[in-house]
Amino acid sequence: MTQSVVVQVGQCGNQVGCRFWDLALREHAHVNKRGLYDEALSSFFRNVDLRKSDGGDCCVGGRIQHLKARAVLIDMEEGVVNGILQGPLREVFDSTQLLTDVSGSGNNWAVGHLTYGSAYREAIVNKLRKAAEHCDCLQCFFLIHSMGGGTGSGLGTRVLSLLEEEFPDVCRIVTAMYPSAEDDVITSPYNSVLAMRELTEHADCVLPVENQSLVDIVNKISVMSHGAKPGSVLRKDSTVTSGQGSLSPTEKPFDAMNNIVANLLLNITSSARFEGSLNMDLNEIAMNLVPFPRLHYLVPSLTPLYTLADVNIPTRRLRPSLPFVSWNQEGWKTGLCSVPPVGHSHSLLALANNTCVKPTFMELRDRFTKLYRKKAHLHHYLDVDGMEQSIFSESLSSLSELIDEYHQLDATKARLIPDAPRLSIAR
Amino acid sequence: MSVVTVQLGQCGNQVGQELFDVISSDAQDGQRKTYSSVSRERFFRQTSQGGKKMRYNKNKAPRGFYYDCCYVGKVLKYFFFFLRVPDFEARAVLVDMEPKVINHSMNRAAKSGRWRYAEASHFSQKQGSGNNWANGFRVLGPRHRDAVEELVRREVEHCDVLAGFIPMMSVAGGTGSGVGTFVTQCLRDVYPSSFVLNHLTWPYGTGEVIVQNYNSVLTLAHLYQLSDALLVHENDAVHRICSQQLNLKQISFGDLNRVIAHQLAGVLQPALTPDSCGAYSGNPLGELVSALACHPEYKLLSACSIPQMASASIAFSTFSWPALLKHLRQMLIANTKMEEGIDWQVRPPPASAGRTSSLTAGGFNASLANLLILRGKDVYSAETGGFEDPAIYTSWLPPAEALSLWKSPVPFDKYEKSATLVSNSQALLRPLDDMVRKAWNMFASR
Repeated sequence: MTQSVVVQVGQCGNQVGCRFWDLALREHAHVNKRGLYDEALSSFFRNVDLRKSDGGDCCVGGRIQHLKARAVLIDMEEGVVNGILQGPLREVFDSTQLLTDVSGSGNNWAVGHLTYGSAYREAIVNKLRKAAEHCDCLQCFFLIHSMGGGTGSGLGTRVLSLLEEEFPDVCRIVTAMYPSAEDDVITSPYNSVLAMRELTEHADCVLPVENQSLVDIVNKISVMSHGAKPGSVLRKDSTVTSGQGSLSPTEKPFDAMNNIVANLLLNITSSARFEGSLNMDLNEIAMNLVPFPRLHYLVPSLTPLYTLADVNIPTRRLRPSLPFVSWNQEGWKTGLCSVPPVGHSHSLLALANNTCVKPTFMELRDRFTKLYRKKAHLHHYLDVDGMEQSIFSESLSSLSELIDEYHQLDATKARLIPDAPRLSIAR
Repeated sequence: MSVVTVQLGQCGNQVGQELFDVISSDAQDGQRKTYSSVSRERFFRQTSQGGKKMRYNKNKAPRGFYYDCCYVGKVLKYFFFFLRVPDFEARAVLVDMEPKVINHSMNRAAKSGRWRYAEASHFSQKQGSGNNWANGFRVLGPRHRDAVEELVRREVEHCDVLAGFIPMMSVAGGTGSGVGTFVTQCLRDVYPSSFVLNHLTWPYGTGEVIVQNYNSVLTLAHLYQLSDALLVHENDAVHRICSQQLNLKQISFGDLNRVIAHQLAGVLQPALTPDSCGAYSGNPLGELVSALACHPEYKLLSACSIPQMASASIAFSTFSWPALLKHLRQMLIANTKMEEGIDWQVRPPPASAGRTSSLTAGGFNASLANLLILRGKDVYSAETGGFEDPAIYTSWLPPAEALSLWKSPVPFDKYEKSATLVSNSQALLRPLDDMVRKAWNMFASR
């Protein structure tokens, strides 16, 4: 069984990560009735016996002593991490897994990426190395951060390139939160585009999540739960949207949205942790879904988001209605896992490498260009040591190329491409 | 005449476990002694019974079974039931690059109570092959070559007479296809005079794995040179059997695997062959290969069996050899794998048409060679003339050579009469062509 390490950077990354750990604990508590530290648990947690003198890692098969998350928490201001450490999850994290500073990045990608990136490079590498050494067989790094802020996008992408340098064989899956159009950070287009370039070049695959979509989903769910038709019963114990039943008594504002993202991460790894009739490992995600190295943006969708009492098992009805590229007409990769998530009998996660990301990227580019044409707020970035205007133009051209590549694929959609000639079987 | 099975990857391990299940329950169902003992010798080994081999089995232990040994034993006997059960260990080597499936298969085997896998006959790693044939063939295979060869060698040494190897794998994934091809290559190198019959599972045409066509094409190209014969089951065909023949609603991979195991066991269980002079054949793989793979360029074999029905319906059905054989012959000619929906219009081309004209005209499936295995009551009175018709074979092999007939008077797997047909025919051409076309299109893009 392989292990994965979660690296959460910035306020958004840490808040989502916090929900993730909460859900993971609940899922394993639901499945693991005997209190034994089994292979599935070891993929995200290590079992520590604090009485042992050598640092205490226990191997698989014994009873659970103390579970410590395989995580590294990075934030350049202390508020969020301190909140986690005072909350119910404090036992799950070790002080050696945290990296904090006081003043924050000021929503400035350059400060996060260059200033803090160089200042804390050694410390970050050490902590990552420590986390990796605790793993028997490390398969994947999950990086969670937002694109609009300063720490998440700047330092987060710096961590990404450090991961590529130090651990080139380990898969890097990034969950990036893209800002909505009414985002409260004015410079979020700059931060996002600068971070996009790093993601395109250094990540193995990216799961882009838009804040706007999460807001829509949460609204739809609350509409359903308040105005549901009389015949349908809403399952209250579903873990997808609410932390009801979780450890914290009051729900914070972004919790519902973060829960959805946390569920996404849990579902992706479920086939690698639990058994099933058609297993799917994490390295198979990149292998099957990324046809060309730069086109690695996989749009996630998850169902059920709210459970009605009589949910049907989804079948392969999607197939005929989706236009595929000509060279991959049946581009489906299937995985089946026998263990359902908490509160549901079935669930379906779909990852699509789809040109629908193109409009999102085009909007991002538009918002960037609006600011960049006027050179608004540019001096904050250029004041940072090591930052140059060329970095802006290079990031913009990288994004434009990406949009072009997706556009090429879109253009072939309706056309019938003749099959390339090959030797035919003699009849 | 023992067969060593090498189960590779998730599919190989799951199908292999079902296969041994079917074989052990078939051999145990109060059958004739010779049949059971030949079958057991072929696929299992009995572990030696010592004082320490005791199993606590509270469901089966009779009261008052005393074990005469030391004081501890006498004390224990007052508090526990002990029963000596013969341990049948499968002659199998389980290989996978991640541990979940092997653990699952070994547990299921042990739970059956009739047989199990030997404790030390499996090899697994932590991280899978990632659906990557190249990773399996070039990296993981060579890296773990010694460990796997050692396991195979130990299994072979337990055999009195080695009949050959059956590597079982799928062609769509990474481990089964990549590591499986490498292991077949090693078997060829280390045991050049043994028979190697690969059992392959071809994936659903529409996507279990996106790169399945690449993996399949690479595997088949290599295996064609290495293996003696390739016996193929396609997931699509088996799925149709499950849905239309067995009337299953929610078809899981477990159901598919059971059908495949049933057909495979129908081929491999003991039978009387023309060469074996009145006793059960001691060389099943060799005789199968020599009967069917008559030309080194034609090695793809497919199997179909009749009858196939839900086990609840068996008690209410009657079988007759003429009906079974007539359906089976038409299944062969019309290239379907089940009795439901046979196209009776398909006929072999008339003898007057030139032999060089297209043999695939009208959907007709021409055969190079067929092996017909009949099991059950009144098997000696079955009329197999329909299979000796020269019209269904090619011109360069006379039907007397092309058809081989094996019989066994013992009913197989609860069917009073059953027939299995292994054929070297054009049946697999269409799926193979599809596979190559899709792989080529993907490769030729950009």
